[in-house]
Amino acid sequence: ISSDGKPAKFQPPPKPVIIDKQKLREERRFLSPEFIPPRGRTDPFKFYIERKDMIQRRKVFNIPEFYVGHVLAVTTADPYANEKASRFVGICIQRGGKGLGATFVLRNVIEDQGVEIRYELYNPRIQAIEVLKLEKRLDDNLMYLRDALPEYSTFDVNMKPVSRLDHEEVPVNKLQVRMKPKPWSKRWERPKYNIKGIKFELPERKMKEAQKWSQPWLEFDMLREYDTSKIEDKIWKEVSEGLKK
Amino acid sequence: SVMTRSCAGFALAPQGLLSRSVPHSFLSFASITGACRAIQKLTRVRVVDNSALGNTPYHRPPKCIHVYNKTGVGKVGDKILLAIKGEKKKALIVGHKMPGPTMTPRFDSNNVVLIEDNGNPVGTRIKTPIPYILRQREGEFSKVLAIARNFV
Repeated sequence: ISSDGKPAKFQPPPKPVIIDKQKLREERRFLSPEFIPPRGRTDPFKFYIERKDMIQRRKVFNIPEFYVGHVLAVTTADPYANEKASRFVGICIQRGGKGLGATFVLRNVIEDQGVEIRYELYNPRIQAIEVLKLEKRLDDNLMYLRDALPEYSTFDVNMKPVSRLDHEEVPVNKLQVRMKPKPWSKRWERPKYNIKGIKFELPERKMKEAQKWSQPWLEFDMLREYDTSKIEDKIWKEVSEGLKK
Repeated sequence: SVMTRSCAGFALAPQGLLSRSVPHSFLSFASITGACRAIQKLTRVRVVDNSALGNTPYHRPPKCIHVYNKTGVGKVGDKILLAIKGEKKKALIVGHKMPGPTMTPRFDSNNVVLIEDNGNPVGTRIKTPIPYILRQREGEFSKVLAIARNFV
């Protein structure tokens, strides 16, 4: 009986919200950065043939979607390893190259020794790539982890894959990394690197001095603009059709 | 000031003024030569096995004085001559800072294993990871590979 004395009206149960995961997956498109051709005067036919080969390889071997900052485990075929396969776990610090020569660098600290391995995505020696932890970082290039405290680059070799929550968005880890004392391999405080993921504990004077090398006109330079939206749409359609066949 | 730092530096580690018994504290100084990150004459190296010669602290870091190679540049698997604690000792390179071919590991320090003239390792254990490429020359380095614990 409700508060005004009248018998409570029948409230039907709320309608179930049906989330069509297929549609969500299609709406969220991820095109691997090595598909996008670099700006230049090369014949687009060359990139077309390369893409055909890349799609061919992806049909046989699944290359998961990953960004810089993900923790991956790569198993490679090695004639000199026992059991002929070697497994390396590490955080992806850089993704480079275009086309079939696309590479990514994994970094880990094993027994207090920092090790980095550059793998080629389309190398037939790679037998498996597993994504153990999904998280994007604030930067595209985590090379500064070489000068950061080793705890930020250590990842357990027998780490279990963290379960994927949604097919929605990749979480961004806004971690600010603490660095070893200077000198560093590169002057990461300079605006040319545009790093947001370091907790700079340098004095104000040094930070101001680093700003002397800023080039504020670069973002307004129209000749440097490379708008890839239309190219990406075309290539996405081509790649998704190629993979469906 | 760079020169005084390197000379006085071995006891004066940058992390504090404590004298460190771990010999690789010198590696955190400013790199005086940055050009070739593979191992050549006068590169300071890090000895990674548990031999007494490699691990006792000394006021000068172990340096390479000769590379047994046609070119003077040492890569993984090359033998070099080190000057440690005032004596000459041969060593085997097991990792360097220079990026090599893709799919091979690149280490954050130039690692070296002390070796006798006949190829027998001086230490008894190697904790740091060793690249699998060394297994290719199983004949020459079988004893070094036998004492290695981790492979990368």
